[in-house]
Amino acid sequence: MNYATLQRWNLFGGIATVLTVVFALLWIFPIYWGIVTSLKPEDEVIRPAIELWPDNLTFEHYSNALFNTQLGLWYLNSVAVAVGVTIVTIVSSMLCGYVISQLQFPGRKLLWWLIFASFMVPIQTLIISHFELIAGLGLLNTWAGIILPQLIHPVIIIVYKQFFDNVPKDFREAAVMDNASELRILLKVFIPMNWGITTALAIVVFIWTWNAFLWPFLAVTQSEMMTVPVGITQVNDNFGVYYARQLAAAILAGLPVALTYLIFQRQVTQAITLSAGIKG
Amino acid sequence: MLRNIRTEALIALLLLVPFFAVYGLVFIYPTIQMFITSFTDAPLIGAGKWVGVDNYIRLPKDRLFILSLWNTGYFVLLSVIPGTFIALLVALGVNRLSGWLQTTVLALFFLPYILPVAVVYFLWDWILNFQFGVGMHVLDFLGMERSPVFKTTTWFMPAVALVTIWWTAGFSFLLFLAGIRAIPPEIYEAAALDNSGPWRTFRMITWPLLWPITALVLTIQLILQLKIFDQVYLFSTGGRPNDTMVMVQYIFTRAMVNNQGGRAAAIAVTLFVIVIVISVFQYQLLRMAGGSERK
Repeated sequence: MNYATLQRWNLFGGIATVLTVVFALLWIFPIYWGIVTSLKPEDEVIRPAIELWPDNLTFEHYSNALFNTQLGLWYLNSVAVAVGVTIVTIVSSMLCGYVISQLQFPGRKLLWWLIFASFMVPIQTLIISHFELIAGLGLLNTWAGIILPQLIHPVIIIVYKQFFDNVPKDFREAAVMDNASELRILLKVFIPMNWGITTALAIVVFIWTWNAFLWPFLAVTQSEMMTVPVGITQVNDNFGVYYARQLAAAILAGLPVALTYLIFQRQVTQAITLSAGIKG
Repeated sequence: MLRNIRTEALIALLLLVPFFAVYGLVFIYPTIQMFITSFTDAPLIGAGKWVGVDNYIRLPKDRLFILSLWNTGYFVLLSVIPGTFIALLVALGVNRLSGWLQTTVLALFFLPYILPVAVVYFLWDWILNFQFGVGMHVLDFLGMERSPVFKTTTWFMPAVALVTIWWTAGFSFLLFLAGIRAIPPEIYEAAALDNSGPWRTFRMITWPLLWPITALVLTIQLILQLKIFDQVYLFSTGGRPNDTMVMVQYIFTRAMVNNQGGRAAAIAVTLFVIVIVISVFQYQLLRMAGGSERK
């Protein structure tokens, strides 16, 4: 590279770095602004000027959201639903991925095709049938009713199959020689070898379920059975709009998933990339 | 090794019980049910009379259906291409950073994607609030008149598209970053030896090599945004939901509000077919992208 080109690259690199960092700060501003607003007293919130820090810092909106609303109940519902969906999805997908990857049986191709096809089906179009089904089972306004239609994550099966395919054949053959049962081989060989991906997938299924809106919104009509994201949009104060209060509730709603992401950044990034069909 | 096909099939079946139970109940059965319902005049719950293709024949004459189709398309146009473009730019920028700065900036761009839609809704409803929103200062700065964007039909879709791009670009950004990192560094070294400047390097190397990923991101976003409901529904409460109706919202309205399960199912089937056709196309692209990545 000659001197002129090198100079061009350095100048470009400097500008690109600055622009990227500035853009990142702008990008995160809405979240920052939401947090700052939620920490201001209501009269400060509606001042016309842009004040980047509260004059009088207050946590009253948070204590209000936590103690004067049903947020506590909604948290419980969200946790129960998200944990339920995560466990059932991971276990059933793991078994299915193992069977398709390691066992030979008639109809294996057909099953694989079915899973791939279901990957393409827009679940949102099934809301009418889901509603009728869950209502018919008498499960509206229950955890089970919120959980059931959210168990369709074919991509998890596909990722498991790919990871199980990569386990060297010798491991399975050695275990089969020892007369180990299939379930034992899965539990003692395949899962320990793929513990990392299992954690990553479980975390993103948890996040997806926590964030789900459409189905939990349809399946629940009683406010005490709502999940957090539905609850905060459906229940309003009777006396006017309080922006800071709403934002405090919203921030409490997003906090569990935001923290999960910040703690498990690497796993989340890996699982999300894999879920799009790209090797992360 | 000798395998007993019969026992193996039996074990396979046993291990597949949870899968079949779940997919049979909440996937295969509802899908078949949707198709059947679309040929009846059923209410939301309960059976109806067989009416053949009546529900489908009505669709082209249904003003709200056409509007929802149009609005969905308009939303897709406003969100998919700009969103992909921004994600690509950001990925290129972040890829140049290193160490803690890269980790931090990556997290800042990705964080919105991890939030529930309700949180995104409250943040932006406040930012673009007509009376007190900080976003209104941006309109002032641009010399535009302040307006209650989510209550104005003209501004509704662009505003929701903007919010959606902010919310979902992090996902596309991750895919681009994975794609950029998969490009072998030797190619850039060779280009450097050739005195290639930044723009030429991007145009001749990065862009063509990223094309499979770009196509993938575009189709993923396209499919995702065709299924839009949450943001449009939330922002339209208190606005003009009938003017800003999108397809999933129309399924919801027909079924839940008008109690017309059969007619709602016909709309659902239409969207179902559109998405499947595009997905098959995407699958072909994915195979191409996967093929080029594995080398």
